[in-house]
Amino acid sequence: MSSCSGDDEKAGMDRRGLLQSAGAFAATMLAPGVTLYAFGGGEAEALQARPADQPASPKQRWGMLIDLNKCSTGCNACVTACKDYNGWQDTGRADIDPQWIRKVTLKDPQTGVERSAPVMCQHCASPPCVDVCPTGASMKRADGIVLVNKHICIGCRYCMMACPFKARSFIHEDETGQKVNNPSGKGTVEGCTLCVDRVDAGQRPACVEACAKEGGALIFGDLKDPQSEISQALRKLPSTKLRADLGVDPGVQYANLT
Amino acid sequence: MAQIKFQRLSSASPTFWMLVLAHVGVVAAGLGAALFMETNGHRVTGMTNQIVWGTPHVFAVFLIVSASGALNVASVSSVFSRLAYKPFARLSGILAISLLAGGLAVLVLDLGRPDRLLVAMTTYNFRSIFAWNIYLYTGFMAIVVAYLFSMMDRRVSKMTAVNKTFGWAAFSWRLILTTGTGSIFGFLVARDAVSGGVMAPLFIASSLVYGLAFTVLVLLMMSIETHETLCTREMISKFRGLLIIFSLTVLFLTAILHVSKIYAAPTRAVEAFILLDGGVYPLVFWGGQVFLGNILPLLMLAYMPRAHSKRNTLGLASILFLVGGLAQMYVVIIGTQAFPLNIFPGYEVSSTFGDGAINAYSPSLPEILLGLSGISIAMLIATAAFRLLPFLPHGVPVDAHGVAQEAEEAMAEAGAAA
Ligand code: SF4
Ligand code: SF4
Repeated sequence: MSSCSGDDEKAGMDRRGLLQSAGAFAATMLAPGVTLYAFGGGEAEALQARPADQPASPKQRWGMLIDLNKCSTGCNACVTACKDYNGWQDTGRADIDPQWIRKVTLKDPQTGVERSAPVMCQHCASPPCVDVCPTGASMKRADGIVLVNKHICIGCRYCMMACPFKARSFIHEDETGQKVNNPSGKGTVEGCTLCVDRVDAGQRPACVEACAKEGGALIFGDLKDPQSEISQALRKLPSTKLRADLGVDPGVQYANLT
Repeated sequence: MAQIKFQRLSSASPTFWMLVLAHVGVVAAGLGAALFMETNGHRVTGMTNQIVWGTPHVFAVFLIVSASGALNVASVSSVFSRLAYKPFARLSGILAISLLAGGLAVLVLDLGRPDRLLVAMTTYNFRSIFAWNIYLYTGFMAIVVAYLFSMMDRRVSKMTAVNKTFGWAAFSWRLILTTGTGSIFGFLVARDAVSGGVMAPLFIASSLVYGLAFTVLVLLMMSIETHETLCTREMISKFRGLLIIFSLTVLFLTAILHVSKIYAAPTRAVEAFILLDGGVYPLVFWGGQVFLGNILPLLMLAYMPRAHSKRNTLGLASILFLVGGLAQMYVVIIGTQAFPLNIFPGYEVSSTFGDGAINAYSPSLPEILLGLSGISIAMLIATAAFRLLPFLPHGVPVDAHGVAQEAEEAMAEAGAAA
C-alpha cells in the first residue's frame, strides 16, 4: 500500500532522471526503426529496477502495446507464461477458473477475417474497479499499475461488476501451492498485476518475455517516457484503446485492431 | 392533537409460534448455507466468474430497497402531517430497520471473506458508492432509531418540532439511501443494461411499492394476531391509492429506462436480450416483473371488490408486488451480467472466458436459502420489537374521514416497556 502514498512524486524524481538518461542513451544508440522492432527479438531496452526503499513513482506509467498483426490465433504463449509465473490454477470447471489473461478471437462479421487478441487488466488510468471498491483493496499504484491488496479484499466482487473488460477473477475454492509472488486465496479477487514484482526488479512481465520468443506482439514500457520503446512504437503504429468511449483510459493499447 | 394508543404484541397463538418457528428455521438454514459457502468457497453456488452477483444479491438489494420504502408511512405522517397515518408510523419505522438489517446480513454473509467484516467497517474508500452506502445504511438506522424515540418517548413525543425534524431527517436520508442503492448499478458504466441516471429514481419508486407492500402485509398479519382491525377501511383505501400511484410510477420509469436504451444504438442488443430473446430473462421481466408484479395487482386494486374481501385483495396484491420486486431485481442484477460485455464493438468474439457468449446461471439451493433468510431475519427482528415495545396501534377508532380520534394517553406504555 505504501506504494500508493503521496510521497511518490519526490521519491521518484531521481529514478526518473536515471531512466530518462537510459532512455536517451538507448535512443541514440538505436535507430528508431531498430528500437521499434528490437523488442520482438528479446533485445528490448533495459528497464530500471525500483530500489526497495522507494515507492512507485507517478513520473512513470507502465503500459503495454499489443500489435495484433504479430499475434497469431493459435499462439497461447502469453497465457501459459502468465499462468506459470503467477500460478493461477484450473479448478476443473471453466466457468470458475481464474484467468488473468485470455486470448479472444475476433471475427469481422463483414469480411469474415479472424484475428486474435490477448486481453488482460488494462491498467486503466481512471479504473472503475478502484472507484467502486468499498475497502480500497483495489488500488492504483502511482506508476499506473492496478492491483488488489489481498489482505483487505472482502470478496464483494463489486470490482468485477464494474470492470469493462472482465479482467478480474474471483477465487471460488481453496487453493494449494500458490506462488510467492501471488498469495492467492479463496474468497478474494485477483487479476493481472503486470507482474509487478518483475517490473520492480527491472524485468518485463512474464507474458511479454514469452511473446518475444514467439510473435513479439507485446511491447512493455513507460508511457510517460517519450524515449521508451513503447512510446516510440506508439508514435509509429496507429493504436486503439479498448472501449475508449468509456473514458477509463487503459494503459494497454492495441495496434492494428481494425 | 389526537393521542393514539399503542400496544405490544402479546399474542401467543399457535399460528404465531409456528410462524416464528418457520422463520427461525429459515434463518438457521440460511446461516448453514452461508457456512457451507464459506467453507467450500463459492464453487458450491451458481455464481461464476461471469455471473459474479447472484441470488443472494437479488434478495439483499430487494430488502434494502424495501427498507427505505417501508419508512414511507412514517414520513407521510410526520413530514406531510397526515394524522391518519400516525398510528402506523412506529411500525413503519421499525419495519424499515428490520428489512435493512435482513438485507445487509445477506450481503455480508455472501462476501468471499465475511470474516473480514471488520475490515469493511474500518477501511473505507471514499470514492466508492458502495462504501458510501455503508454510511448511508448505518446512518439510516441511527436516524430511524432517533425518530422512533421522538415518537415514543413520553416527553419528546409532545415536542412536535423535534418529531418533525427527525421525521424530515429520516425522510431525506431514505431518499439519499435509495439513490445510493440505485447508483450502485447506475455507476456501472460498462454494463449497458443498467448504467445511467434513471436507475436512482426507478429505485426510489420501487422502494415505495415494496416498502408499503411489506407494511401492509405486516399490518394485516398483526391484525390477526392482535384480534384487532389495525388496517381500517379508510387506511385500506389510502394504501390502495398509494400502491396504485407508486406502481404506475415504477412502470412508467421502467418504460423510460428501456425506451431510452432501445433508442440508443449501442444498447439495443442488450435490450433485445432482456425484452425479447434472452430466454429466462424476458420471461421474468414480462411475466414476473410487469404482469404478476405490477399489472395484475394494479387490476386487482383498481377493481377491488367492496366490503370485507378488500383486506384480502390488498394483502394478495401486496404479495404480488413483492414477487414483482424480486423479479425486477433478478432482471436488473442477473440479466445484466448474463449479457456479454461489449469489449470489441463491431466484432464477433469468442474465448475460453465466455467472451461474446450468454453467461449461464442457475440459482443454487444455498443461495436461495441465504436470500430467503434475509426476509426471515427482518421478520424476526420486527416481531421481537413488536413484543418488546409498543409499536402496534391499539383500538384506532376512525371517523368517516379517516382521521384518528381522541384516545387516551398511551405513552405510559412506552415508558413502562422501556
Ligand atoms: S481493466 Fe478492469 S480491473 Fe483492470 S484497471 Fe481497468 S477496470 Fe480495473
Ligand atoms: S472484491 Fe475485493 S478488490 Fe473487488 S471491490 Fe470487493 S473488496 Fe475491492
